[in-house]
Amino acid sequence: MIKTFLRAREAILAGAILLLLALIAIRFAGFIAPANLANVFNDTAPLIILAIGQMIVILTRCIDLSVAANLALTGMVVAMMNVAAPGLPLIFTITVAIGLGTTLGMFNGLMVWKLGIPPIVVTLGTMTIFRGTIFLLSDGKWVNSHEMSAAFKAFPRAMILGLPVLSWIAIATILLFTLILSRTTLGRAFFAVGGNPHAAVYAGINVGRTQFWAFTISGALAGLTGYLWVARYAVAYVDIALGFELDVVAACVIGGIAIAGGVGSVGGAVLGALFLGIIKNALPVVNISPFWQLSISGAAIIIAVALNARAARTKGRIILKRAEHPA
Amino acid sequence: MRVMKTILTTAAIAVAMAATSASAETTRIALVVKAQGIGFFEAAAKGAEEAAAELGDVEIIYTGPTDTTAEGQIEVINSLIAQGVDAIAISANDPDALVPALQKAMERGITVISWDSGVAEAGRQMHLNPSSTELIGNTIIKLAADHMPDGGDVAILSATATATNQNAWIAAAEAVLPNYPGINLVATVYGDDLSDKSYREAQGLMTTYPDLKAIIAPTTVGILAACQAVTDAGKIGQVNVTGLGLPSEMAGCVESGATQSFAIWNPIDLGYAATMLAFNIHNGASTEAGAEIPMGRIGNATLDETGTAAMSDPFTYDASNIEQFKSIF
Repeated sequence: MIKTFLRAREAILAGAILLLLALIAIRFAGFIAPANLANVFNDTAPLIILAIGQMIVILTRCIDLSVAANLALTGMVVAMMNVAAPGLPLIFTITVAIGLGTTLGMFNGLMVWKLGIPPIVVTLGTMTIFRGTIFLLSDGKWVNSHEMSAAFKAFPRAMILGLPVLSWIAIATILLFTLILSRTTLGRAFFAVGGNPHAAVYAGINVGRTQFWAFTISGALAGLTGYLWVARYAVAYVDIALGFELDVVAACVIGGIAIAGGVGSVGGAVLGALFLGIIKNALPVVNISPFWQLSISGAAIIIAVALNARAARTKGRIILKRAEHPA
Repeated sequence: MRVMKTILTTAAIAVAMAATSASAETTRIALVVKAQGIGFFEAAAKGAEEAAAELGDVEIIYTGPTDTTAEGQIEVINSLIAQGVDAIAISANDPDALVPALQKAMERGITVISWDSGVAEAGRQMHLNPSSTELIGNTIIKLAADHMPDGGDVAILSATATATNQNAWIAAAEAVLPNYPGINLVATVYGDDLSDKSYREAQGLMTTYPDLKAIIAPTTVGILAACQAVTDAGKIGQVNVTGLGLPSEMAGCVESGATQSFAIWNPIDLGYAATMLAFNIHNGASTEAGAEIPMGRIGNATLDETGTAAMSDPFTYDASNIEQFKSIF
């Protein structure tokens, strides 16, 4: 029953996106040209990848505020590595990016799992630590386009079947995690842990360890995105993707992932990210004052949360309420 | 003030006499920047060292907070007061918040000037602008116009919509537009000094205005992002990206041809000039309106009624000189 409801929610969001596109098309018809839509998708790809990682974390009743800082740190490390040794094969760069991101994510996960510190505190802390580390590593200097090797910058832009690699990576991530979340024990455990941690324990699921894996996945995706981001914008400095973690959380919230955990889907996160991505890309071309742009993005989030709150009320009935909280 | 100076001098002489090895008094000038690790300020520090070497017996203390906050700078100022430096030359993160701390410094006989980003009049003896708003506004339009003999559409990609510097420059640029017939400013957009948003705004400009000939970005983040967006869109040669940027960051764009030329005041000169001014004022140069204070090799700074002076025109960089400057700042 929940599943059909979610499907419906995603349908509503998809409808909202189409409506949004239609509204934009009235102001600027060129926006819905297939080539431009492909651009928008490509531009939103980093947000999609991160939103999927964040969604898994939120599913387990946690939150990862360090994703953008993780991205920036990994991006800086691979950029500096590229400057130091331009000849390194790309596969090595990508492995380092994912590896470092995973390690940083594991660190968050361990703090939550072994020390039992609230996730928001842990990731708020690591967010600052990561940014600080970038400063220490780079001495505050920028790594610029002309210092990076051509291969390093070209990878996310390379075209395969009419779409850049960056887009394909997002698509692969979507497929991979749809599969993991629906077809693996770990995937189902994420839902179980967030939906009802006590019941999860009785079902033999280690809540802490599941949360640890959620942070690890989020970290790995952030690391991968770190490389892609730096290569795409061809610049690395302390403040790249500053505040981007909030966009990522917003994408999840818009996508119907319940902040209280247990409810969500890859499709929802992707649609949420696309919704934000379309707004971000459309506002510049429809010529709206930058002050309104902020308000519009904010309003979209609040409307989505309001819809979520309504959804939560009709989620289901609690029977045997006393049994849920044994005295 | 004079009493303070006398007392300090007396104290200094007493100390010098107490110390058996009689060495000449070293003037300690603190160069306080918005935040450490920013290429622009590192270059200014180089200029300050150059001035120190020229003056002789001047020690430069290059310092600043780790992030661009006024609180951080206040801490730095307090510690400089405690160290008893002779002069403070500051690029401020906030014009008003620093005033009490800097007043305290002046009460202690420390010469205080601001440069690059100013402090309110009450908190400093003079302010050195790298250039004037009018000169910058004119320069950024001229940079675009120089490469558009037939005229055409240009757009401005700025930082945040509330950025004081950028807004003043854009207003000045708009004011000189009538002097450039055929140059048509079609839009001003804001990239918030975030590379991803600036990139997107630049893409938006090219989509909305297919005939766009130039993007003018008076911000270092924006100009780089626009250059990347133009490169990715395959519009090198069609859309010229110009504005204000740093040579070390812009070298790739100039090389690829996405940027024909860009400008920035020379931070080395700025640090040099600020140090010279601090030294001369510390040694008694007047800071009255209309006063002329020497800035070494750069010339003289003329103070206006608000105690402000402009250094020079922004310096233009292109393929001919980028190699020389990209390793400097």
